[in-house]
Amino acid sequence: MNRRTLLATSAAILAFGAPAMAQDDPTKVGFVYVGPVGDGGWTYEHDQARQAVEEEFGDAVETVYVESVPEGPDAERVMTEMALNGADLIFTTSFGYMDPTMNVAAKFPDVKFEHATGYKTAENVSAYNARFYEGRAVQGHIAGHLTESNVIGYIGSFPIPEVVQGINAAYLHAKEVNPDVEFKIVWAYTWFDPAQEAEAANVLIEQGADVILQHTDSTAPQAAAEAAGNVYTFGQASDMAEYAPMPRVSSIIDNWAPYYIERVGAVMDGTWETSNVWHGIDEGMVGIGEITEAVPAEVKASAEDLRDRIADGSYHPFTGPINRQDGSEWLADGETADDETLLGMNFYVEGIEGDIPE
Amino acid sequence: MDLSSINPILLLASLMVAATPILLAAIGELVAERAGVLNLGVEGMMITGAVVGFIVAVNTGSPWLGFAGAAVGGAALSLVFGVLTQYLLSNQVATGLALTLFGLGLSALLGQGYIGVKAPSFPDLDVPLLSDIPVIGPIVFRHDPMVYLGLFIVLGVWLFLNRSRAGLILRAVGENHDAAHALGYSVRRTRMLAIAFGGACAGLGGAYLSLVRVPQWTEGMTAGAGWIALAIVVFASWRPGRLVLGAYLFGGVTVLQLNLQAAGVAIPVEYLSMTPYLATIAVLVIMSAGRSPGSLGKIFHAAR
Amino acid sequence: MIALEKRPQPSRTWAWASPLLAVALTMVLSGLMFAALGKNPVEVIRTIFFDPVFSEFAWYYRPQILIKGAPLVLIAVGLSFGFRAGVWNIGAEGQYIMGAICGAGVALALYPMEARWLIFPLMVIAGALGGWAWAMIPGLLRVRFGTNEILVSLMLVYVAEQLLAAMALGAMRNPDGMGFPGSRNLAQYTSSANLDLIEGSGLHWGVVAALIAVIFAYVVLSRHLFGFHVRLAGQAPRAARFAGVSPARMILMCMGLSGALAGAAGLFEVAGPAGQISIDFNVGYGFTAIIVAFLGRLNPLGILAAGALMALTYIGGGIAQSSLGLPSAAISLLQGMLLFTLLAVDVLTHYRLRFRKRSLA
Repeated sequence: MNRRTLLATSAAILAFGAPAMAQDDPTKVGFVYVGPVGDGGWTYEHDQARQAVEEEFGDAVETVYVESVPEGPDAERVMTEMALNGADLIFTTSFGYMDPTMNVAAKFPDVKFEHATGYKTAENVSAYNARFYEGRAVQGHIAGHLTESNVIGYIGSFPIPEVVQGINAAYLHAKEVNPDVEFKIVWAYTWFDPAQEAEAANVLIEQGADVILQHTDSTAPQAAAEAAGNVYTFGQASDMAEYAPMPRVSSIIDNWAPYYIERVGAVMDGTWETSNVWHGIDEGMVGIGEITEAVPAEVKASAEDLRDRIADGSYHPFTGPINRQDGSEWLADGETADDETLLGMNFYVEGIEGDIPE
Repeated sequence: MDLSSINPILLLASLMVAATPILLAAIGELVAERAGVLNLGVEGMMITGAVVGFIVAVNTGSPWLGFAGAAVGGAALSLVFGVLTQYLLSNQVATGLALTLFGLGLSALLGQGYIGVKAPSFPDLDVPLLSDIPVIGPIVFRHDPMVYLGLFIVLGVWLFLNRSRAGLILRAVGENHDAAHALGYSVRRTRMLAIAFGGACAGLGGAYLSLVRVPQWTEGMTAGAGWIALAIVVFASWRPGRLVLGAYLFGGVTVLQLNLQAAGVAIPVEYLSMTPYLATIAVLVIMSAGRSPGSLGKIFHAAR
Repeated sequence: MIALEKRPQPSRTWAWASPLLAVALTMVLSGLMFAALGKNPVEVIRTIFFDPVFSEFAWYYRPQILIKGAPLVLIAVGLSFGFRAGVWNIGAEGQYIMGAICGAGVALALYPMEARWLIFPLMVIAGALGGWAWAMIPGLLRVRFGTNEILVSLMLVYVAEQLLAAMALGAMRNPDGMGFPGSRNLAQYTSSANLDLIEGSGLHWGVVAALIAVIFAYVVLSRHLFGFHVRLAGQAPRAARFAGVSPARMILMCMGLSGALAGAAGLFEVAGPAGQISIDFNVGYGFTAIIVAFLGRLNPLGILAAGALMALTYIGGGIAQSSLGLPSAAISLLQGMLLFTLLAVDVLTHYRLRFRKRSLA
């Protein structure tokens, strides 16, 4: 962004009316979605949170959204459009929107931006992300107890840090309660492709897994597990409660509503400041779906205890001693992982077999 | 690496299921292409079938009615393509692409109220006695009825094309529409029927995803299966028998790469995923020209 | 009964009037749909078709039409040569991807060298060559083995998509990107950036290339021998052969030209608006361009108009979504309707409607 653009844009905004609105107008909040609101997973949950914002603030807020926006020039256009039309705050809900968000934010210093799952911030750009690995730890704990074959299947989406954190967290906590546990990991190379996910679940079940963890968003693995019988699964992104009590025994719910309500409120009362947050179970961004009666009561109790200890900060899912896969030390006894290492996590912990694909 | 964890019997069994949606869509497209019609809108018809089938099944509680509805929905959409290409003589490639765009939008609108709803269950059909045969039994005889229906349709198409007079006419229309017209056959009517059959099969394939495979409605759930169906038709060199082989190969590569991954074999997934397409090109080269229906994709207008 | 009678000459009047009729028809049909969705049809149609050009913020949207339309026009112009000559390259999407990969590969290999005068031209050449080479595969197979180029070029789209994923996850992954898939941002690397030539105008090198391609195509088709051969090969293949047109050469020329332009479009996109090689880099321009080519009646000026119209619906569609709460599905349905009606009314250009009694034949 050079000086000339800034001047040109400011001049244009002066000439065509500044986006800032009079005080009594409702606060306008824009949402940019990467998928359709009907995907039942990632985008669906963001849209649920948008509706929660509307409910919370009523007429004081006006929300707009555009769905299925490809990452790239289209995203930049949609964000600009929203800013021009008077949005005060814009949530951009996909990692790939990072550079477009930064570009647009530079042109609209008075509009606030919130970018999900990225790492870049600016005066008017905040980043937010969820500590999904906290939920994975709870899942791993339950899975380690439930498995009889001692084989736990894991459907990964893409080999990126967020997913690797989840695998490691789940493995460590499964191993803790069941030293014989083994993880089988397949990469689906998609966030959402029901047929591919069903296939991946079937393959894992055929190779002996009786618990399936998924980091992809469709319910196809749940259905595959239900058909196979005696296989446990966990909901991902949304609760997937329609598969409870079996095979789905619990879930990780992306619950963006508390954060969105807080940030919209901050814009309303003028206290919004840039931040880079990584919220977990404590703040409610990572929800643990109800643990069903298919899980033995004492396991349910210990899982809920783990959840509560993570929530109140008395326990960190990555607490040493933990070695890397190659046996070198990562965390000394009692040491907890720092966020920077986690955000760039590109290694398995000791005990997991296989390599992270390049 | 532990290859012994891959159970070949189960692998084959899951392959039959994985191949079913693309097989259904492909057999319909095969008939359309044998009639000389290249309909690139398979993806759009599939997803329309997926949503219509889901809506009907949820509202009636019957998966069978759902499949019937999906076939009707797919066929209805294909008739838009049929009218445009056969009566208004528009270009088939462009119209097919537009059909995909249209179908994706239409399905999303229709399905708005059905997100998160669960489909009525569709139990497996354990063929009595046969399913107890060792090895073969579980592979072949323990699936849901649609798996067998798909294979029956393929068989039916084979019989139709090779053993019936109507099939002969259809092939004649596809090979040389001017000659077929000169012989007094109705090129248009034949093609409209072939297109509708193609749409109905694509609809069934889509509904297999929304009613059996996933089973749920989500937008964009076919995720490119319609395009794979197109590839399989070519791979099969427009022959129903080879179509089954093609569907198993394409479905098989997915199942196999996931199996290898789960067994801990480090494989370059993207390169493996390319192989069926490269194999298709190789097949095209080996069998050379002349085998694809002579009038494929060409506009027919009877000069009067 | 209504029958169609082929006109001896395509009607000039209908060639111009039919697109207008189609747009009008689409407005009526989609208006019904919008009304069914509980929206004010007039407002929606005004938002989609007029707001991008005439609204308060048109100064922003107009350049966006150029950005969205340029790759469509550039690819479609290349395709139109082949489509006229009966050479069916429907794999432009793959050639577009390969152009982007090859062009970006040059930039990433030379990063962080500062030499725009060298790197950017090299990228353009590499991009065009990448697309050209990818298109040569179906071309050569057709010439050598008689393999159907429609199907081979389509298959190669899937192969290119897999290669793109492999690049984004592997060889071209940004080493400073926290492990996320996707390359470095080429738009932020001064030697490779394809930025607006005049700030805020949307006029980047891809737009310039698209305009040059339109003019070039117009001149070649109307004035040059190659253009004459292309038209002859399409309309009368036998006559073309007698006139000394080599079918093999025609196929290779048409495939190569369309591939090179698609590759260049991919390069301009990856270096500018998109900025990086990512798994979802391609958004279907190669397929949409096929439709644009037909909507433009394979005529360079028509393609320019058709590309602008498609771009308009994308941009207006986005506005309608955010300002009127329309679902994105309604926009793709509208685009589908627009294409259907445009394709349908084209019949009036080439055929005459005749009302007559059913003959007994």
